[in-house]
Amino acid sequence: MKTTADRIDPVAINGIGTSPLRKEDWPLVRGEGTFIADFKRPGLVHAFVVRSPLAHAQFPSIDCTATLAAPGVLDVITANELPDRGRPIPTRQFADEGSNRFLQRPLADGVVRYSGEPVAVVIADSRYRAEDAAELLDIDYERLDVVLDPDDAVAANAPLLRPDAGTNVAGHLLVEMGAIDEAFAEADLVIKETFRIQRHAAVPLETRGLLAEYDAETESITVWGAAKIPHVNRTILARLLGWSDESRVRLVELHVGGGFGARGEFYPEDFLIPFAAIRTGRPVAWVEDREENLRATNHSREQVHRVEMALKKDGTFLALKDSFINNTGAYVRTHGMTVPALSVSMLPGPYKWPAYRGEFRSVVTNKTPGGTYRSPGRFEINFVRERLIDIAAHRLGLDPVDIRRRNLIDRTSFPHDLGTLYDGHPVIYDSGDYELLLDKALPAFDYEGLERWRSEPAAGGIRRGLGIGFFVEKAGPAEREYARVELNDKGDVMVYTGAASVGQGVETVLAQICVSHLGLPYERVRVIHGDTALIPEGMGAFGSRATMLGGAAVMRASKQLRKRLLDAAAEELEAAPADLMLSPEGVSVVGAPARSVSLKTLLSTSAGVIIEEHRFVCDLLGFPYGIHVAAVEVDTASGAIRIHRYAVAYDIGRCVNPVLVAGQISGGFAQGIGGALLEEFSFDANGQPMSASFMDYLLPTSEEVPDLEVLITEDAPSPLNPLGVKGAGEGGTAGVGAAIANAVSDALGSEVTRLPLSPQRVVELAGE
Amino acid sequence: MKPAQFEYDDPETEEEALDLLARHGDECKVLAGGQSLVPLMNFRLARPARLIDINRIDSLSYIKREDGRLVIGAMTRHTHLERAAEVAQGWPLLTEAIGWVGHAQIRNRGTIGGSVAHADPAAELPAAFTALDASFQVRSKRGSRTIGWDHFFVSEFTTALAPDELVMAVEVPALDPGSGAAFVEYARRHGDFALGGAAVTLRLGRDGHCEKATIALVSAGPAPVRASSAEQQLRGSTLDDSSIRAASVEAVKGLRPTSDLHGSTEYRIGLLRTMTERALTKAAQRARSST
Amino acid sequence: MKINGRAVEGEVEPRLLLADFIRDNAGLTGTHLGCEHGVCGACTVQLDGHPVRSCLIFAVQAHGHQVATVEGMAPSDSSLNTLQQAFHECHALQCGFCTPGILMTMDAFLREEPDPTPERIRSALGGNLCRCTGYQNIITAVRLAADRLNC
Repeated sequence: MKTTADRIDPVAINGIGTSPLRKEDWPLVRGEGTFIADFKRPGLVHAFVVRSPLAHAQFPSIDCTATLAAPGVLDVITANELPDRGRPIPTRQFADEGSNRFLQRPLADGVVRYSGEPVAVVIADSRYRAEDAAELLDIDYERLDVVLDPDDAVAANAPLLRPDAGTNVAGHLLVEMGAIDEAFAEADLVIKETFRIQRHAAVPLETRGLLAEYDAETESITVWGAAKIPHVNRTILARLLGWSDESRVRLVELHVGGGFGARGEFYPEDFLIPFAAIRTGRPVAWVEDREENLRATNHSREQVHRVEMALKKDGTFLALKDSFINNTGAYVRTHGMTVPALSVSMLPGPYKWPAYRGEFRSVVTNKTPGGTYRSPGRFEINFVRERLIDIAAHRLGLDPVDIRRRNLIDRTSFPHDLGTLYDGHPVIYDSGDYELLLDKALPAFDYEGLERWRSEPAAGGIRRGLGIGFFVEKAGPAEREYARVELNDKGDVMVYTGAASVGQGVETVLAQICVSHLGLPYERVRVIHGDTALIPEGMGAFGSRATMLGGAAVMRASKQLRKRLLDAAAEELEAAPADLMLSPEGVSVVGAPARSVSLKTLLSTSAGVIIEEHRFVCDLLGFPYGIHVAAVEVDTASGAIRIHRYAVAYDIGRCVNPVLVAGQISGGFAQGIGGALLEEFSFDANGQPMSASFMDYLLPTSEEVPDLEVLITEDAPSPLNPLGVKGAGEGGTAGVGAAIANAVSDALGSEVTRLPLSPQRVVELAGE
Repeated sequence: MKPAQFEYDDPETEEEALDLLARHGDECKVLAGGQSLVPLMNFRLARPARLIDINRIDSLSYIKREDGRLVIGAMTRHTHLERAAEVAQGWPLLTEAIGWVGHAQIRNRGTIGGSVAHADPAAELPAAFTALDASFQVRSKRGSRTIGWDHFFVSEFTTALAPDELVMAVEVPALDPGSGAAFVEYARRHGDFALGGAAVTLRLGRDGHCEKATIALVSAGPAPVRASSAEQQLRGSTLDDSSIRAASVEAVKGLRPTSDLHGSTEYRIGLLRTMTERALTKAAQRARSST
Repeated sequence: MKINGRAVEGEVEPRLLLADFIRDNAGLTGTHLGCEHGVCGACTVQLDGHPVRSCLIFAVQAHGHQVATVEGMAPSDSSLNTLQQAFHECHALQCGFCTPGILMTMDAFLREEPDPTPERIRSALGGNLCRCTGYQNIITAVRLAADRLNC
């Protein structure tokens, strides 16, 4: 659209590529947000989930007598009360044949397999009294042997979590391409190393929570507190309740205090709380406390990799071989094999490998079950691969940047079929120019200056190091998304999306896309999401998909709507649609504002509103890519790591809102710092969690997260969607473990092979 | 994470508080700032039958000088002490140590008396008071007594306080002219309890030799540890790098700090040595520039 | 007690946490509970003008005291105060769950230190966890608010 003298073009000021102020902020800064714990219903009662204090034990029965008699108690639910004693919660992604043997039921039935597993639910008139009454439950636990370490889980004499399955291996996958043995036979150098990544997790600042209310008259239930995938969870809940008509279930998303992969999956409580509401006939609220959150909500990342890499002495990569074990915890939850499958399919990264062989076993152990966490499976393998490359560079006396550059996938070979599969889909890098990003990032971050800084002497006991991590991310899973755009005769636009909000700014971004393709002002656009009663279908928000798929659907629906409207006006005004201009008042002829028709007139035949829908489908993934650069100072006496500078370059195809993208990268980076340096779920020899508080599970504070330099590029738009976007949610996290570990290795002259880099580990490395 | 039930009293005078303590001693806990106690109660790891909340006793909140000594009322908040100009001037070690205590929200509520009575070996103030040869005024219905740091801190979370006794004040002797002090610690995140730390004071004679040294270590054992043989070793030295290094090695001899998920015993010993060395170096510089 | 200048009364069990009283009895749900053990800072309110963790204080202890929460910040229903506006403009929040606690901390901090360096802001922010932003934009926003308040 052209800007005319009498009107500011909304597309130019708030459309794609600009950074308007967020639509989401106003209630949130005023303390008027409605998070799940803020939401109340008349007659509300409170649930407390009683959890196993042991990691592995059997219990013959539960005596609820004293609990039921306690003041304020309405009900106690154990496996006895559940239909079929509790139906298993299904996987929603990447099921392996074997994984169904390891699914979790809503309540433990005779055996508990991790500390924190739900065994009963107490319903009382206050949370305080529910906790009091829960202490009166009488359960005699008889301890069973525990298995915690992934290597131990596959040992011949390992205690089995499911003796009937005969194994602790829940899933297995082998990916092979190229002539691997020949490649190793002709190698000048073979590097062999074991890498370990610690168990850590998303830990959003708002814990999970639900409020369920049953309407006996219509035999329907409404559940507030949904997140991430309301429609998918509606289907699962209906199935577990045994209801064939899922329209009797309504899931509603309120404000969501961060997701990062963990929130919004279907957990035991997602069945138990609605079930309690049906049983008691009262609205039932449950808000997870932090101790529960750290024991019950999905963990992630725990993997042990045994890798081999074959090279020529000039640094050319010949082959990569990896066999790893993924510790999925006590049960296979909704993600199935998603995390290790992403690891095994994306380990090759941005490089040419004539041959690759990757294999994983995903094992069950007596720890909290696992799922995804921002950059799932990739934070881990980027650490493994980028460390391995630096070790190779050290052995060959090559520069870490040079060895990477010479092996990058050529810009001419996109789309690039990696040869691996993810959940049945081929991994095809849609577009890219990896060398160009390197050429832009190094001068932008003054890499040469950092190399000089690195070689200058530092104060006593301090050593300096520089590290780089190159990676390919993935974006846009779950192949389809829904959008509906409505315009009323007052000029208000409603955008309904099947995508969801986890706090990332989806309302703002989708509104911008609508503005760009509809041409009406940003202020007039409202985005509605996360209510299964208002939106017929949707795949939600995960895997950096909301802008890619949700955005493409909104774009198409907006364009259709604009076209329909202008076609109608063109007829009315006897002008060509290209000569028309749309405003909240109506449509007029450019340059002749007197020739106009109001929206009221245009929409009079359609009850004052015009509606367009679009279902965008794309079964391939987008692959953004990036580079992390870390410059660190290591205090060899205390083990403290000070980050001197940190920078992220990220090509995301096309950037809808630069400020929001930079915000995603900064926030993701902070989580990466947690994973690289601080966060770890530790367990004692009996499987007791030792990090079940924020005193011991160390989230980074403002003093641990340094300022970040960000370079966003748009050199490789995705050919898979009409916007060209790739999704930007995870690149800030993806390379932090890799870059920090490379920088610390550089500083110490000693190879880092496991995360996190705790002060003790740093001191030990410095002494080697 | 909601606390279990308890009985609650909030006396307004010292006398009332001591009466209540005499009556309920064993089964009650004194609630001062609550910054350590309430988290434990929310986890239901602590479940006192009764709380005696002394926050309404205004007479326990003061900072004053008495015969050159600093006297700090038990209910003085950390922030109050942190910002007191006379403390920064006369007892800068305390001001420096408080900067490491938690975060502003904690320091606004936490009290000096609460910190010493809680006796967490990883806490900053007990170690700083130990380095400063402080003593603690305590009272009960039975009478008053003053307990030196060396008898007050008994073990992890254990002091010499009887169940009916209340900490009334901390007394800190003045530092001699020519003294320098320093508090140094390292924690995984700023504001966390220290993995290891050191509070030291040094006094230089006119000839530049060390006349007196005190070294108290944080997270070094079940209670704040005074490294007395290292202190002795420094006496008469010029506080050059090698004597400081030797004293730091001496300071950690025989220590067995507890191993946990954040650091092993061996790591912590090394860290304590480093922290001692850094604190001594800093304090020596400060002592030299004060003479 | 008075919350945001308004008298709020209630008869409660001694064990009721101040945060729960503010949220449930006074109905001011802008104060959030993120950990209930004094680490995350989401529940920060001002007690007699000083930021404190409302999860570590019993409601009965605030008897007769002044409590300020995020709901009392904006001058009117249709405006934001300077600090809130700066957060909005600097993209200093994403999910917004930690934001009220951070605003209460920074509001008091700017009263005590009207012209802080970014390093001082970073240090004053240390007692509030944010999982979304990486903190950088929050520091920028506080500095912007300081500039506007000082001119």
